[in-house]
Amino acid sequence: MSKRKITVAVTGLNAVDSPGPGIAVIRGVKECTDFDVRIIGLSYESLEPGIYMGLCDKTYQIPYPTAGSEALLHRLAFINEKEKIDVIIPNFDAELYNFIKIAPKLKAIGINSFLPTHEQFDARDKINLYAFGQKHGFYVPRDRVIYDVHELPAIAEQFGYPIVVKGKYYEATVAQTLEQAQKAFHKLNAKWGLPIIVQEFINGTEINVAALGDGKGNTVSAVPMRKMVITDKGKAWAGITLEDQSLVDLAAKFISATKWSGGFELEIMRTMDGRPYIMEVNPRFPAWIYLTAGAGQNQPAALVKLALGEKVTPYKTYLVGKLFIRYSWDMIVDVSEFQKISAFGEL
Amino acid sequence: MKINKNIAISESGFIFNPGTGDSFSTNPIGAEIIQLLKDDKKPSEIIKVISSKYQIDGPSFEKDLEDFYSQLRDGSLTAYE
Repeated sequence: MSKRKITVAVTGLNAVDSPGPGIAVIRGVKECTDFDVRIIGLSYESLEPGIYMGLCDKTYQIPYPTAGSEALLHRLAFINEKEKIDVIIPNFDAELYNFIKIAPKLKAIGINSFLPTHEQFDARDKINLYAFGQKHGFYVPRDRVIYDVHELPAIAEQFGYPIVVKGKYYEATVAQTLEQAQKAFHKLNAKWGLPIIVQEFINGTEINVAALGDGKGNTVSAVPMRKMVITDKGKAWAGITLEDQSLVDLAAKFISATKWSGGFELEIMRTMDGRPYIMEVNPRFPAWIYLTAGAGQNQPAALVKLALGEKVTPYKTYLVGKLFIRYSWDMIVDVSEFQKISAFGEL
Repeated sequence: MKINKNIAISESGFIFNPGTGDSFSTNPIGAEIIQLLKDDKKPSEIIKVISSKYQIDGPSFEKDLEDFYSQLRDGSLTAYE
C-alpha cells in the first residue's frame, strides 16, 4: 500500500542548549510509517541549527510573534501557496497565542492544526495555575502574582524561605533570603516585565510527563520521564522513561478536566511523601518528545493524525527504561546557505 | 524485608528501578540476595543459604545483610510490608 503524501510545517528549529522541540517533532513525524512526509521548517532566525540539519525539505522564515497574528497569517498564506501545507505544528509558548487565533483561517486555506483553545491556554498559564489547581483538585504550589517588590517580605513570611521567584514567561530563581528575592525580582522584571510570580518552594524529585489529549477529554498518550542530566538552564540533557501509573493517571485527569487538545508537558515535583505537585504546564510538546516515539508512543505522529481528522487509538503501553541522551554536533555549512535564508527568508 | 516486584536485576548485578529511573550496581552475592528476596525468602532462609554456600559464619553475615538491607531501603528498592 502506498503511503499517503503529506506536508507538515514545524517551528522550533533552534536545537541549541535550551532547545526548541521542532527537531524532535520532525523526527517523530518522519518515523510514522503511514505517511510520506515533506517537512517545511519555519524559523525565526538564520542560525537555528534545524534549518541546516537535512531534516527540512525547505525552510522559510516567519515573523516574530510581536509582529502580530495578521503578519503571521499573511506569511503562512504565502508559504502555503507554494507548499500546500496539510498540517502545521507550532512549538513555542510565545507563538501559540497567534497560531491559536488564526487556526480557523489556516483551516480555511487547507492548513490543519491541533491546538488548545485560548481558554485552555490561559487556564494553565503560570499566573493562573494555582487557581486552576484549586478548581480541579491538583496539587499546585501556593503562589502570589506581584507587581511591586515591596510585596516580597510579607509573602516570604507566609511561605517561608526558600521561595521561587519566576518571570512572566521564562526563568526562575530560588531565593534563600529577601535580598536574593529582591535581586531576582528586578532582574526578571527587566528581562520579561511584570508581573512576577512568587511561588512556594517544593522539595522533591522532578518528573516530566509528555502527553497528548484528543480535545474531548480522552488521553491519546502519556509518557513520564525523569531527567538524568540537567543543564545549568534546567533543561534535560538525558532522561529515562518511568513506570508509574499514578503519573499517567495525573495526565489523564488533567486532560479530562480541561478537554485539552494537542500536546503538552506536565512539570511535576513529587515530594518525599509521594504528592505530585504540578509546577508548570507547558502548552506544547517538550524538546524531549522524540523519547515518546522511542518508547512506543509516537506523540508527534499521533498529533498529525488528529490534526487531519483521523481516528487515533489511544496508546496503552510504553517501554520503561528507555533513555534519551542529547549531544552537540558541529555542522559545517557554506555561507551561501546562510546567505539564502538571511537575505531571502527561504532555504 | 520485601523487594519491589518491578525491580529489574541483571546477571551482572545491574539493578534498575523503573519507578524512579535509578540504577545501581551490586556484586554477584548482592544480586543473589535480591533474587532470594524477590522469591519471597525469609531473612533466616537467606542467611542460611548464603552462609552455607560461601562458608561464612551466620552472625557476621547477619550484620552485613542488615547493612545491605539499609542500602536497598535508601535506594527505594524495598516495598512496604
